[in-house]
Amino acid sequence: MSPTRPARKARPAPKRKTAPKLRVVKAARPGPTPARTMGELMAHAYALEVEASERYAEFAEAMEAHNNREVAELFRKLARIEHRHAEQILEQMRWIRPPAPPSTGYRWEGLEAPETADFTALHYLMQPYHALVIALHNERRAHAFFQHLAVGATNDKVRREAESMAAEEAEHVRLIEAWMKRTPMPEAGWDHDPDPPRHVD
Amino acid sequence: MTIATAPSAAARQPQAYKSDYKPIWCPGCGDYSVLSAFTKAFAALALKPEQTAVVSGIGCSSRIPAYLTSYGFHGVHGRALAAATGLKVARPDLTVVVAGGDGDGYSIGGNHFLHACRRNVDLTYVVMDNHVYGMTKGQPSPTTEPDWVSKLSPAGTGLRVFHPLVVALAAGANFIARGFSGDPNGLAALLADAMRAPGFSFVEVLSPCVTYRPEQREWKGQVRSAPVGPTDDAARAARRLLTDDGFNIGVLYRGSRKPYQPPVGKGAARAAELEKAFEI
Amino acid sequence: MTNRPGTARTTVSVAVCGSGGAGVMTAGNLLLDAAARAGWYGLMVRSSGPQIRGGEAAALLRFAPHPIDCLDDRFDALIAIDWQNTHRFADEIPLDAASLIVADPDQGTPPEAYLARGARCVNVPIKQLAKAIPGSWPNMVALGLAAGLIGVPADAVRQVVTQSLKKAGDTLAASLAAVDAGAKAAGEIGAGLALAPPPARRSSRWLISGNEAAGLGAIRGGVRFVAAYPITPATELLEWLAPALPKVGGVLVQAEDELASVNMAIGASYGGVPSLTATAGPGLALMTEALGLSVAAEVPIVVVDVMRGGPSTGIPAKSEQSDVSIALWGLHGDAPRIVVAPNSVADCLTTTQWAVHLAEQLQAPAIVLSDQFLGQARAVADRPADVAYIGERLTASAGTEAYRRYAITDSGVSPMAIPGTPGLAYTADGLEHNERGIPSSGAADHRAQLAKRERKLVAHDYGGQWADIEGEGELAVVTFGSCTGPVREALARAKAEGVRARLVSMRLLAPARPKLLAAALEGVERVLVVEQNHSGQFFRYLRAEFDLPRETASCRHPGPLPIRPDEVCRQVLEWSAR
Repeated sequence: MSPTRPARKARPAPKRKTAPKLRVVKAARPGPTPARTMGELMAHAYALEVEASERYAEFAEAMEAHNNREVAELFRKLARIEHRHAEQILEQMRWIRPPAPPSTGYRWEGLEAPETADFTALHYLMQPYHALVIALHNERRAHAFFQHLAVGATNDKVRREAESMAAEEAEHVRLIEAWMKRTPMPEAGWDHDPDPPRHVD
Repeated sequence: MTIATAPSAAARQPQAYKSDYKPIWCPGCGDYSVLSAFTKAFAALALKPEQTAVVSGIGCSSRIPAYLTSYGFHGVHGRALAAATGLKVARPDLTVVVAGGDGDGYSIGGNHFLHACRRNVDLTYVVMDNHVYGMTKGQPSPTTEPDWVSKLSPAGTGLRVFHPLVVALAAGANFIARGFSGDPNGLAALLADAMRAPGFSFVEVLSPCVTYRPEQREWKGQVRSAPVGPTDDAARAARRLLTDDGFNIGVLYRGSRKPYQPPVGKGAARAAELEKAFEI
Repeated sequence: MTNRPGTARTTVSVAVCGSGGAGVMTAGNLLLDAAARAGWYGLMVRSSGPQIRGGEAAALLRFAPHPIDCLDDRFDALIAIDWQNTHRFADEIPLDAASLIVADPDQGTPPEAYLARGARCVNVPIKQLAKAIPGSWPNMVALGLAAGLIGVPADAVRQVVTQSLKKAGDTLAASLAAVDAGAKAAGEIGAGLALAPPPARRSSRWLISGNEAAGLGAIRGGVRFVAAYPITPATELLEWLAPALPKVGGVLVQAEDELASVNMAIGASYGGVPSLTATAGPGLALMTEALGLSVAAEVPIVVVDVMRGGPSTGIPAKSEQSDVSIALWGLHGDAPRIVVAPNSVADCLTTTQWAVHLAEQLQAPAIVLSDQFLGQARAVADRPADVAYIGERLTASAGTEAYRRYAITDSGVSPMAIPGTPGLAYTADGLEHNERGIPSSGAADHRAQLAKRERKLVAHDYGGQWADIEGEGELAVVTFGSCTGPVREALARAKAEGVRARLVSMRLLAPARPKLLAAALEGVERVLVVEQNHSGQFFRYLRAEFDLPRETASCRHPGPLPIRPDEVCRQVLEWSAR
């Protein structure tokens, strides 16, 4: 993973009495930290897919525990798809072992990686269509992420690869859109539950 | 702190800290993110699950020990800090984390919270605050807004809310922070920071309850990064709290108190030697 | 109460299960409401998985033309909106070869646990029927099905649905159509589960839960201050009181924990206001120190303990009778207190009211041992009679010369000065004290005060309320609380088989009244003690404090499953045969 341009001189660490400020980034206003090398780009792409897959798997478990089997199955499917994307990156880069995850200082576009769905998006009665809406949103954000990386790329190789990844995410967007067309829209009152919440402890 | 890239790091993936028990929290609950943040923090610190104990009380958030592969203690309502203090003092070699909700921690646990801050044992206390008693079906907690209507307070409580960071600072906590479940990575970093900090570390985490407080989904639009970095000056921290609206995320205070840890296992005398004092 | 084949049934039990927003509880409640409207009696119990929303749920209902206080040994019908994780309820919904399962064929096959004993399975496409009526829900179809199977008239169902939806703003017509579709499907099944008609002359009846009844009993008894800390399954009692108390000039305060709530109540009571709190086992354990204070300082208070599975955090949402020991023995020192136990949903009112009366009259703490079954079951009950139990504290009047708060009296009760009364100021104290209330470590004072506090409880005439004593026989079954219902039914069945036995359902557990029980057991040679706990707490108490005939036996098991009539009946029959 040799850099294609000379390494920058390391800046001396600033003297501080207190620890560096924790950065909690809100919406997509500042762009993502640019990737300097192909390897870095693909490591981030890999992390993106893995996180997305893990998040969908968690969603599947939460829905399963609440007897929403259909949506649980759909999230499991999405988890498998993302996992496959991650594996494809390993194959493409000929990596035997997964790359190191991005450092904690790394800035995605939002609070989490762009393809990672927000936990609060779930509802225990949600319909398959809702799950796909979430997936579509994630794929679109991932697409935008790679586009921004392409625009901010400091070398051609990285830019071409970022554009290629963006194109792939665009394809994912189309696939989800097609999937949504085959999926019934939620009916009115999908979140209707006349029973009140229960206390269990 | 950057994460190790050595192959052995595979053993310390966040997933390795998740147990086989699946949470029963309502889908959308902030506690899922907190659980995820815990696993990331544990992984970042390369903790050995067998050397880590998570102690909790009663409530939705207090279910968390069962969902981790570390040792867990699901005790009685409000007494997690007491149990954790006993555990840590007797077993200083363990990493002890305490978890619970705002009802468990600030209401029935209020007294123990005061004294845990004062005593400054090396613990990390994480409170998942959703401004409600979730598990018993939606009663007000000490952090509930005075005008929130519930069955137990049909006209709202009319009471001033409890301000946990103020109490923690006044009582002597050595590390005080506020996190938000909507930012699991940021929260993971905060938790790791808290766990690294010596003495009593307190992290209040805003964690929405989508069942009883669905309006809390809006919290993600209200939280902000704290405008200033942490201070080691308690008076300065107190002044910041005067204008804190409850949505500043970050580390408020990093103190330098020495943690309380009486020496354990140091005395080598045998019981028989103690008898000498009684001999005639 | 056995159903004879071919005739209308004198009791029917129906369960409805489903998950994830299926609205099972709502359907069950509406069915109970409709049956009540039509003149029947009934009972509904809820069961659910550990999820707060969307989990699997079951509504367990029983109906009869006369009052019923417990679930039967079996269910006649189980209607499943879906089967997701509903196998968890199999122990609570016992089926047999005479039972009927109505299931939606699109939701898969019923779990083996339900089919194991040969129940007949009938398919009704519940979800499809609901879908065919835009704006309607499967639980409305299930409601119509259940009502149709047991013969609840359509207009009673229509009435309750109309009333309930008025609050929710849903489409009424669609829901009613769904109910009709369910009823029609029931007609096609022809299950023969129709209930015998309700009594022609209707007494005044209520639809109420035990927790609500206890709250109302407290208010009737004169309680005007309540301190509250939420705990399953007592929270609803407190939540009912929260808006109710202010209406009668009282007040409810939410406390930070049980230590606070019990001490708040004692403080208010010291001020002259009858006070109460409600909790469950873990909370009662916390309250024991303060209850000792109530004993020693002679400040009355009522604590309702809605018992649940123990020990420790135990099984919070399930019933058990395992707080007997802590109620009777759980205070440090020699600390006599009153312990009473309501024995039906409606009795939660009367017995709580009685507890307030006793606490106020005897200036002592009273623990009301309710339980999760009574507390959370909704029942159709005859309106409880108005009883004259109003808390009447003996107070000292201004102008009393040389007032002694803890004066030794024959009854043991000494007039209490209420703050605000001039010339009578005293300091209430948990420290042992002399007659004037000054702390004392002297032997004479300690003995005198201990004797006083014991005498006031023991010398009191508790009247007929102390127990329900029914029937004659050489064998007696002694029980308390929610076991009373199953025992009563068991003895009715035994009687039909020619075995007579007496029932003694104790309401007053403490102070022990050995003479009263001895009189109640006159002529009895064998006593079977029935209770819902593992170690036989009540049995051991009876053997320790009461005179029992030579032959005694214990019929018991812990929660979460209830004691059922058949369990008791078999033991009674077996024992009589020997």
